[in-house]
Amino acid sequence: MTDVGRHPRIELMTLSEVEKVSGYIGNFRAQVRQKARYVFAKDCTSCDKCAEVCPVVLPDEYQQGFSSRKAVYKPYPQAVPSSYLIDMEHCLGNNPVACTKCVDACEKDCIDLNMEDKLISLDVGTIIVATGMEIYDPTPLDEYGYTSLENVVTSMEFERLICGSGPTGGHLVRPSDRRSPKRIGFIQCVGSRSENRGNPYCSNVCCMNTVKDTLLIKEHYPDAEIFVFYTDLRAFGKGFEDMLKRSKLAGVHYIRGFPGEVKQDSATGNLRVRVENTSSARIEDYDLDMLVLAVGLIPNPDLKKLASLLNLSQTSDGFVMESHPKLKPVDAPTPGIFFAGCIESPKDVKDSVTQAGAAAARASILLSAGSITSQAIKAVPDLTKCNSCGICARVCPYGAISIDLKAKNGVQVVAAACAGCGTCASECRFAAIIMEHFTDAQIKAQIRAALEEKPEEKVVAFLCNWCSYAGGDLAGVSRLRYPATTRFIRVMCSGRVSEDFVLTAFEQGAPVVLVSGCHINDCHYIDANRWTVRRMDKLWDKLEKFGIRPERLQLEWISSAEGGRFAEVMRVLEDLRSRVTPAEIEHTRRVLSENRAARETAMVPIEEQLAR
Amino acid sequence: MTNHEIRVGVFVCDCGLNISGFLDTEDLRSYAETLPHVVVAVRNRYSCADPGQEEIKAHILESRLNRVVVASCSPRLHEPTFRQCVSEAGLNPYLLEMANIRELCSWVHGDNRGLATAKAKDTVKMAAARAVLLQAGIEERVPITDAVLVVGGGVAGIQASLDLADAGHQVYLVEKHPTIGGTMAQLDKTFPTMDCSI
Repeated sequence: MTDVGRHPRIELMTLSEVEKVSGYIGNFRAQVRQKARYVFAKDCTSCDKCAEVCPVVLPDEYQQGFSSRKAVYKPYPQAVPSSYLIDMEHCLGNNPVACTKCVDACEKDCIDLNMEDKLISLDVGTIIVATGMEIYDPTPLDEYGYTSLENVVTSMEFERLICGSGPTGGHLVRPSDRRSPKRIGFIQCVGSRSENRGNPYCSNVCCMNTVKDTLLIKEHYPDAEIFVFYTDLRAFGKGFEDMLKRSKLAGVHYIRGFPGEVKQDSATGNLRVRVENTSSARIEDYDLDMLVLAVGLIPNPDLKKLASLLNLSQTSDGFVMESHPKLKPVDAPTPGIFFAGCIESPKDVKDSVTQAGAAAARASILLSAGSITSQAIKAVPDLTKCNSCGICARVCPYGAISIDLKAKNGVQVVAAACAGCGTCASECRFAAIIMEHFTDAQIKAQIRAALEEKPEEKVVAFLCNWCSYAGGDLAGVSRLRYPATTRFIRVMCSGRVSEDFVLTAFEQGAPVVLVSGCHINDCHYIDANRWTVRRMDKLWDKLEKFGIRPERLQLEWISSAEGGRFAEVMRVLEDLRSRVTPAEIEHTRRVLSENRAARETAMVPIEEQLAR
Repeated sequence: MTNHEIRVGVFVCDCGLNISGFLDTEDLRSYAETLPHVVVAVRNRYSCADPGQEEIKAHILESRLNRVVVASCSPRLHEPTFRQCVSEAGLNPYLLEMANIRELCSWVHGDNRGLATAKAKDTVKMAAARAVLLQAGIEERVPITDAVLVVGGGVAGIQASLDLADAGHQVYLVEKHPTIGGTMAQLDKTFPTMDCSI
């Protein structure tokens, strides 16, 4: 920790949060809000004189509320930066009757109650996200008595009670009477591995953390009797099985079965737990002085906000989705962003350090290279067709298109800023934007090829590259089953799917068309999929006017983590398809082919497009 | 480019049994030969492996191919591989098209060989139709700012920051709390070494 504080190439910003991120791989700009500390960290000598005079007493978060701190405080002795700060929510200094005792007590004059938040803009090439996790709050699992029984604590609270720098100086006491407990129980999987209560996943660290705790207790108090209630013990890492053996040799009792109830003797504060021991097939009672709940890990509650800033996807359990679960385990789907630690899944210190090293190496590869080649997928205006209406400039999520509406001399695209979503090309009514590598002609050729034979048996599905196509890949990797009638067309973004593509598919005889993209707010092109929604809304109206059932055009948001949903959507599409009659398809073909001339008046002939 | 004769080569990957176990890759290959502008269609045992890539490169040169369709796995997995492969044979990487007949076909339709093969044929047909219209793409160099933003100062963020700073890069470490250290700083000892966490 201290190495970070004094490293010449690390600028540490605490009390800081990322508020905005723009740009792309190699060229991100992040806006960071650094909240006021009210103490000049560089000048503070941690003399503690401010805290001595501070009249406000609050529970100490670091000690899990087992001791107190002041409104001016240092989180813990080894904190980096090694400086006090003021908890302004509780400080009296801002009240009409100002306190300012700390200001007077500070010999270095390093307290400023009027300090303001700072907004900092950072230009960076890559981003590593390592926002960790939170500890599960066992309040909902109240049969263990966490909220009502004083001597029931979480494993994190236990950690403070046995720690040398904890509130008791490492002397293990129980909360009710501060006596040293002789009989201690641990309940495993609290908040983990349950479909109904808490979370369905294994939290990875709790088994070994409990094994470690039992050894710590035995080290301090060899006479203590320890009972661990579990269903499976997962000691899969290097050296782990050995630790478990040591714990068993030290006399720790491992009992297969979770307590159904915990009762307290109100006179002594002692606990009695009733357990169905599945090894002995008996109901057993255990008298304990203290009970520790081995609570699981949950995703950081702030992750949602950060995920939308950085275009990250979250899996069903709320942790982040990696670019590829096996081959790119530390890469985010957004290029140039990497993960480290528990943000990706619950893991122990060793795995967090390993992953951090991997993420650092991945980022370093880019930073050391100095440049990367950008994909040649970008918008190029055709000024011979552009009539300077400006709609493309309005829809571009990146502001990469500019136009002088007065001069009417056509649009300009800044190639470096264009990310290649294709929304401009889809919205242009004059075919004046060529979306390179995803041209109108190329995509229509795919539609025609798909529907040349027996179109009535097929569904045409446009999938965005980042989410829906990846969701389809995940369905494949997971070996899910769905009907084989869908023909997929990959586009970079659902924003690329123009009205013309959908109508072409229907005109060629498609019974059902799907347009699928990233969930709203998860679009990899900022908000290009909002234009998809507008376009589809218009299209549904149009289809209705043509006498075509609007439900034959489906719009679905499928993320890269939703393989199961992808397969489900394919089944729904097949069901829809099977109910589209030959007469309907015939009507659709006729009405759309009659209307084609009108649709294409402002457009270039297909042949000409093909030739481009 | 329009006056230029379009010569498409199709490479059908067996992927061991991952594809050939669930659909008829030989039938697919011979079907590919009948598609417009396709001058050669070849089956590879593993297109992505070195022998497969060598085969693709040899056919590009031998049959003077100027478009390549690889019918194998997801382009999200191996498009960079095959783009590199065709460019080693002198083709612009954007003249490659992939037909995903594994993740989106063989792996999900393993219960019906006939339907899986029919879908794979359409998938290759669509890819070949698109390939005919592909044009060489020009990639631009984009500079990378030599600085990294690390969000979160727990043990992972600290380790990543130190590694990158030691490697000579500028690091901005942003932490929400008043100190770095994260959850680990609250632990007494850590397993399996039983040493201090701070």
